[in-house]
Amino acid sequence: MPTNILMPALSPTMEKGNLAKWLKKEGDAIKSGDIIAEIETDKATMEVEASDEGTLGKILVAEGTQDVAVNTPIAVILNDGENASSIKAEQPAASQKAAESAPPAAAKAEVPAPKADKTPAPQAPVVEAANDPDIPEGTEMVTMTMREALRDAMAEEMRRDGDVFVMGEEVAEYQGAYKVTQGLLQEFGDKRVIDTPITEHGFAGLGTGAALAGLKPIVEFMTFNFAMQAIDQIINSAAKTLYMSGGQMGCSIVFRGPNGAASRVAAQHSQDYASWYSNIPGLRVISPSTAADAKGLLKAAIRDPNPVIFLENEMLYGHSGQVPKLDDFVLPIGKAKIARAGKDVTIISWSNGMNYALKAADELAKDGIEAEVIDLRTLKPMDTDTIIASVKKTGRAVTVEEGWAQSGVGAEIAMRIMEHAFDYLDAPVARITGKEVPMPYAANLEKLALPSVAEVVEAAKSVCYR
Amino acid sequence: MSAVKAKSNTQTSDDPAPSTPLIEFSKEQDLSAYQTMLTIRRFEEKAGQMYGMGLIGGFCHLYIGQEAVVVGMQMALKEGDQVITGYRDHGHMIACGLDPKGVMAELTGRAHGLSKGKGGSMHMFSKEKGFYGGHGIVGAQVPLGTGLAFANRYRGNDNVTLAYFGDGAANQGQVYESFNMAELWKLPVVYVIENNRYAMGTSSTRSSAETNLSRRGLSFKIPGEQVDGMDVRAVKAAADKAVAWCRAGKGPYILEMLTYRYRGHSMSDPAKYRTREEVDKVRTSHDPIDMVRQRVLDKKFAKEEDLKKIDASVRDLVNEAAEFATHDPEPDVSELFTDIYR
Repeated sequence: MPTNILMPALSPTMEKGNLAKWLKKEGDAIKSGDIIAEIETDKATMEVEASDEGTLGKILVAEGTQDVAVNTPIAVILNDGENASSIKAEQPAASQKAAESAPPAAAKAEVPAPKADKTPAPQAPVVEAANDPDIPEGTEMVTMTMREALRDAMAEEMRRDGDVFVMGEEVAEYQGAYKVTQGLLQEFGDKRVIDTPITEHGFAGLGTGAALAGLKPIVEFMTFNFAMQAIDQIINSAAKTLYMSGGQMGCSIVFRGPNGAASRVAAQHSQDYASWYSNIPGLRVISPSTAADAKGLLKAAIRDPNPVIFLENEMLYGHSGQVPKLDDFVLPIGKAKIARAGKDVTIISWSNGMNYALKAADELAKDGIEAEVIDLRTLKPMDTDTIIASVKKTGRAVTVEEGWAQSGVGAEIAMRIMEHAFDYLDAPVARITGKEVPMPYAANLEKLALPSVAEVVEAAKSVCYR
Repeated sequence: MSAVKAKSNTQTSDDPAPSTPLIEFSKEQDLSAYQTMLTIRRFEEKAGQMYGMGLIGGFCHLYIGQEAVVVGMQMALKEGDQVITGYRDHGHMIACGLDPKGVMAELTGRAHGLSKGKGGSMHMFSKEKGFYGGHGIVGAQVPLGTGLAFANRYRGNDNVTLAYFGDGAANQGQVYESFNMAELWKLPVVYVIENNRYAMGTSSTRSSAETNLSRRGLSFKIPGEQVDGMDVRAVKAAADKAVAWCRAGKGPYILEMLTYRYRGHSMSDPAKYRTREEVDKVRTSHDPIDMVRQRVLDKKFAKEEDLKKIDASVRDLVNEAAEFATHDPEPDVSELFTDIYR
């Protein structure tokens, strides 16, 4: 049967083009790869290569024809033993008119293009997080810093699973730039506690590759500010590969390190990346504020089969808290915690923002306002249920974060409250954020750039109309 | 511009690896290489045609002209070795032994494509065949491939990773970050630079201060050599040497494959940055498939009609793949929200 050569689409958006020139004439022998014609698109003149072999039997669209629709037959190739009479009489001679009126039947028959789909998009699945495990009565509570809790979490998981290793700048011999990995080299050796060169993009990619091969890396960034060098590997490689592979190839990897402002380290070392990472499908984002949560959630993050961003805070490393002494204390990812119960206003925060939130709640109590303070702990997936249940009770909400306002996590929380509890609100949601400036170095300006307890108190009072 | 012919010289000053002499193929090797290379070529021609018909969307980067590289490299591998590459990946998948039907159905975005239609031309994977993608960001596969090699070393096995990238990616910073760590930690990875002379539309002479890319590992003490990437025997010989180097625990190795792509960078590239004569010259004098075909006939490994039989079976295989990929349904809408987390 003779083979039609169709007007090709030469770009993702091309619908028609001009047949500028024929480089072969009727009767010429053609083999795969021969350039047979030139076609002008809106962008360029392109050469058309033959992908079938035979003899050019008939040219159906003449040189110089304008606006030939994609998939219009433009010529016919005859195979061995065929001649011009094999070409069916009803072969449509495409012209501009024909192309415009309707695609030729032949093209239609050969190209069963997917039907335009009117099916509505399915709903995103709702994932419910488990509650925190019960701490058995009489469990000993150990006072430790968040720094120690993070170290213990890593050490316990490394003892439990030989595929877990930690890599990053100064994590081994130096014992960690912030001493979070202290003692790990001594216990696990340099095969599993690996000092890297200062090469964030490279080792984030290397870690992701090791995770694709089934290992479970913990990649420490000395600060998440340096992870901007690596963000392509985190998002394009770690977060998207499971989906792009149709579920075949995922990666279990934790990217962790201090995030946000420390103290007097200026603009390039003080950024909060919570909203950046929590924008990305495929990532989980955790940001604890207490030693116990840091331990239980880092252990969960290491065991999670997905890429996890674990945002710590330098200001909190030295804070001490009570951590239950249990063989295996693991907390659920995606579950917020009521850090303080109250009935008048809901204050929502996480990480170092909890300092402002809890202190503000103390102040508010003096004025007779009982604030309920929610520690999100996990930013993605966000525990909307806990937020909504609280707002339905209080009718008022204030979000607190150190990051910038535009497209921030507070904006997302406010939207969710509108979506799920609009009718319960007695006042618009208020947000306290970092000011939209690069972090200044001067002590007084830095203080102004960050949220303050006073700002949170004022916002809470204003949504209470006090 | 010099011809594709390689000098096959080795570049590290303090640890020179002698240039790899070409070794003649047996009849079986020649015929097998011919069949696989032809399958890739016919597959890509069909993909180009289907793109023209609107059946394949988005970007589609064809491998036509470069077939000898991946086929020769693959001949040096064993079970358990891994392969990773960029977005010009159809040939690598076929060489790794993946079913052309699954590859083509991914190109058309259908349910039984290798990634269920969710990845497309640039994103396909197969853990079973040791194929780790299929990556769309130029150069990103290099640290990832180095990480695969890291996992081999961590586990103490003797598997080797091939990390392919092009002359364009060779200018990405992350490539050198990877070189450094690979040599520092003696990771078993062969960096296969497919130098097809053009990074999209920019020739290597316009983008690279040092165009001998086999020298790019020099300051990391990684040995490297240039290879005639159009001659599958030369590729195989160099691959054997490089893979053996890695398997022996000596660290990474760089092979610069001097090759050429006949088609544009992607389907929508008119390729005006080079002359038709340049393309025709390579095609007529140094085509990787024609050279094997001629050799097979000269050595009487097969007769013209035997090769015609192979040609016909390859065409059938590719036509079946195209037929399958045209009629396979699109993915079910329920797939929209699957495979984001596991």
